[in-house]
Amino acid sequence: MAVVFIGLFAGFYGALFGVGGGTIIVPALIWLGQRPRVAAATSLAAIGITAVAGAVFYAWYGEVRVLYALLVGIPAAAGALLGTAFQQRLHNRVLTGLFAVLLATIGLKLVIG
Amino acid sequence: MTIVLAIAIGAVAGVLAGLFGVGGGILFVPALLMLGLDQHQAEATSLLAIVPVVLVGSWRQSRYGNIRWAAVWKLGLGSLCGVVVGGLLAERLAPGSLQRLFGVLMIAIALELGWRALRGDRASEPRPG
Repeated sequence: MAVVFIGLFAGFYGALFGVGGGTIIVPALIWLGQRPRVAAATSLAAIGITAVAGAVFYAWYGEVRVLYALLVGIPAAAGALLGTAFQQRLHNRVLTGLFAVLLATIGLKLVIG
Repeated sequence: MTIVLAIAIGAVAGVLAGLFGVGGGILFVPALLMLGLDQHQAEATSLLAIVPVVLVGSWRQSRYGNIRWAAVWKLGLGSLCGVVVGGLLAERLAPGSLQRLFGVLMIAIALELGWRALRGDRASEPRPG
């Protein structure tokens, strides 16, 4: 039952922000006692349901741009494979820190407008 | 030109997401904003763009036997209800307000990543979304 509630919250968060909700699901499943690898893999599959449901919901309001989704999503799928492969060899704290600064900068720009 | 830019941004976002263990969505949304979509369109389109990323990732993970399908269906069931509530709330917010809220979320994720870097954790598994 706890898992259904995690899904509920992740779906809410995912649809509100247009993200999948892995940030919610992975730590919650680990907290419930799943191994990190299993939690991440299970979250990935569940995100598929959130993403499809969210896309269908927003399509109802005419907000989905299918061409852009394909143009961004398909290269991203290839890129993610590449990124995951590099991740095995590269645990650079400086790089992670720089990426955090990049995200914070974009975030601040969006907040200030 | 916009098409080339969209493809390039998608590929870069995918690499970064895989590399740093964050979701594609947190990068797709600002990328789509850059391409001229408004906040609602960017979020809606990001969700659809997540689908191919998740398909590829799940296909790889299921071969390793890491996916617990019973939990996936339970999460999915909860998620369907959550999506409707979250989506309705997003539609009620003005694009500008939603965009500022999204910016706050990006800063929060940046802080979490910064904390990981300081503690010296490995980046965790990729989390599309």
